[in-house]
Amino acid sequence: MSKTNLTRRGLIKTGAVAGAAGLTLPTYLRADGHSGFTNAPTGSTVTLGFNVPQSGPYADEGADELRAYELAVEHLNGGGDGGLMNTFSSKALQGNGILGKKVEYVTGDTQTKSDAARASARSMIEKDGAVMITGGSSSGVAVAVQALCQEAGVIFMAGLTHSNDTTGKDKKANGFRHFFNSYMSGAALAPILANNYGTERKAYHLTADYNWGYTTEEAVRNSTEAMGWETVAAVKTPLTQTDFSSYIAPVLQSGADVLVLNHYGGNMVNSLTNAVQFGLREKQVNGKNFEIVVPLYSRLMAKGAGANVKGIFGSTNWHWSLQDEGSKAFVQSFGTKYGFPPSQAAHTCYVQALLYADAVERAGSFNPCAVGEALSDFQFDGMGNGPTLYRGEDHQCFKDVLVVKGKENPTSEFDLLEIVEITPVSQVTYDASIFGGELGACNPGA
Amino acid sequence: MEAIILQILNGLDKGSAYALIALGLTLIFGTLGVVNFAHGALFMIGAFCAVTLSRLLQLSHTVIDDSQTDFLGNPLKVEVPYLYDIFGQSTGDAIIDWAVPISILFAIPVMIAIGVAMERGLIKHFYKRPHADQILVTFGLAIVLQEIIKYYYGANPIPTPAPDAFRGSFDFGAALGFDPNVIIYPYWRLVYFAFAALIIGGVFAFLQFTTFGMVVRAGMADRETVQLLGINIDKRFTLMFGLAAAVAGLAGVMYTPINSPNYHMGMDFLVLSFVVVVVGGMGSLPGAVLAGFLLGILESFASMREVLEFLPGLNQIIIYLVAIIILLTRPRGLMGRKGVMEE
Repeated sequence: MSKTNLTRRGLIKTGAVAGAAGLTLPTYLRADGHSGFTNAPTGSTVTLGFNVPQSGPYADEGADELRAYELAVEHLNGGGDGGLMNTFSSKALQGNGILGKKVEYVTGDTQTKSDAARASARSMIEKDGAVMITGGSSSGVAVAVQALCQEAGVIFMAGLTHSNDTTGKDKKANGFRHFFNSYMSGAALAPILANNYGTERKAYHLTADYNWGYTTEEAVRNSTEAMGWETVAAVKTPLTQTDFSSYIAPVLQSGADVLVLNHYGGNMVNSLTNAVQFGLREKQVNGKNFEIVVPLYSRLMAKGAGANVKGIFGSTNWHWSLQDEGSKAFVQSFGTKYGFPPSQAAHTCYVQALLYADAVERAGSFNPCAVGEALSDFQFDGMGNGPTLYRGEDHQCFKDVLVVKGKENPTSEFDLLEIVEITPVSQVTYDASIFGGELGACNPGA
Repeated sequence: MEAIILQILNGLDKGSAYALIALGLTLIFGTLGVVNFAHGALFMIGAFCAVTLSRLLQLSHTVIDDSQTDFLGNPLKVEVPYLYDIFGQSTGDAIIDWAVPISILFAIPVMIAIGVAMERGLIKHFYKRPHADQILVTFGLAIVLQEIIKYYYGANPIPTPAPDAFRGSFDFGAALGFDPNVIIYPYWRLVYFAFAALIIGGVFAFLQFTTFGMVVRAGMADRETVQLLGINIDKRFTLMFGLAAAVAGLAGVMYTPINSPNYHMGMDFLVLSFVVVVVGGMGSLPGAVLAGFLLGILESFASMREVLEFLPGLNQIIIYLVAIIILLTRPRGLMGRKGVMEE
């Protein structure tokens, strides 16, 4: 039997505290903050929240994402040349905003830190009334912001995030990813590696010690071991590491003849530079040329590694040299406005903004549940990656994956990677259940 | 055995960078009594001296090549360095290839000027303030400097390769009678180690064998007495700040081929360098150098796969662990002097 100690004075105190708390509740938890869903646009405009790294190590990538979003907003509002709206298979977008409302935007700085990214996303939702959050250059940030958007009842359109977890064990009903993932990189790369380097290889993995590193190592190991490669060692490297010499020096002693660098950003630039300095690529081991593989390439990062990327295989979500009509339209539009070709981060962000706007138009509502329904199992084309499916089971896009190689004779500072193969989507498709996680129910914030 | 030799070699170049930065830190602390948290930023600015000179050497004019197109399908604009026009392509390429070593000449005056300006413009106002104030203002300065560099150069690393003659690696294993490819070591890292030894030796010789150095050492021991002798010790200490900045800057210049420089590289070294100074003994120049190499080598050993399998994460804490052990057993550090930072 329980006994309560509720007194009159206690009740008054509790009531006062509860009242004060009610006054400070986030907008999206208050009844006056929505009309059936969070931040329902009531005027002639709609606000989107672009949450990108504007400071920190991925600031350049974030700047390119922001350029892409600004271009997308221009096109959605009927400005410029229309970009990918001209080649997009869906014709719901008319260039008059979204559902007739002019698109406005606010920006936040993720700093590539989960807590900072959540704080900026929260601010854009609560203070600025953003009805959708998009952007980012890190899986840790994507997972954190996606969870926040789920709680807040807004749609999250992920930017550059490659970990399996984003649409795997951490997937959410309000979250959607256009970018490819670690599994797809492994599945696309393995056959190319087998064709070029043979099936009897010994691989040594250096893996960034965080979420994305683990899933990438696992994906590449599974794919390469399935075709006959042996993994002789997998060493975790601290994310803050800048000099990888003490990790690279023992590689040759291990008997490995391939080094897989599961690194991204500054880690990738430094580890690859160190590996090339040590002359690994000039060595012969087990009677074979020593090789290096970088599972996830980014043109902006490849620029940092300079000539060291020459001849090294990796994968990428999109590249400006693609010759389909969508890619050509986007490169033309972006290049004319900014004077240089877009990065894969810019491409995925631009596409995500258009896909969201299109889904709202088709759903006839900004309600995140209606938008989610319109995006789920949506098939489209003309956005630069060939026919694409936004799978309803995990909100992951399935499309062809590019296997690329560092170009031997670049003609410009942008011409660093060459496309080796466009791996068909059937080869990188997997069962949604293999990574676990629950999508859960969509949350409109009501 | 091979693994041990390899990790000692790895530790030497890492230790060289720690030792050079810690040497400058100790010079500043020993002369001016200032705890300079902007010293890592000076290392970073040195690296960007190399980037700047490399870009200056590659200043180009544009030539339209109608036979090729750019990404928009327009005739390709080809950048032709002015050096080609002046010296011809082969000599121009050779000069650009040697940009990093040439940057040493560029960085010395630039870094001395920055060091002197920093000391006269800001740090001298904090001599009589508590160390906490000095740390705050110099740390703030470091953030300002790195944000300025990021504004002009971007956040991405900028490749600044070594001259072609120093690319590749030397096979120590084959030279020492081990199997080939077992103990390899990049040529440029050997150059870095030799360069660090030269700079450290030069600084010690300067302090030991010149009149200027003798006065500075006397000032470090007893500033007031030296001033009573009519010597303007403040002026000499300002120049020592400039010298310390140049040492950090040169360490940065020569480090650029090892890791592509970015705006944050100074911070990566700063905290470790302070641990090096404390372990070596506050104010002790030989202590800073000794601790730099010692911790560099220990860090390399802690990164070995065999060690990590046994003690995961040791590589991230080894330096701090050793610092705790040394400070518990020798509270003044390896070669610390009585009375320094103890009042």
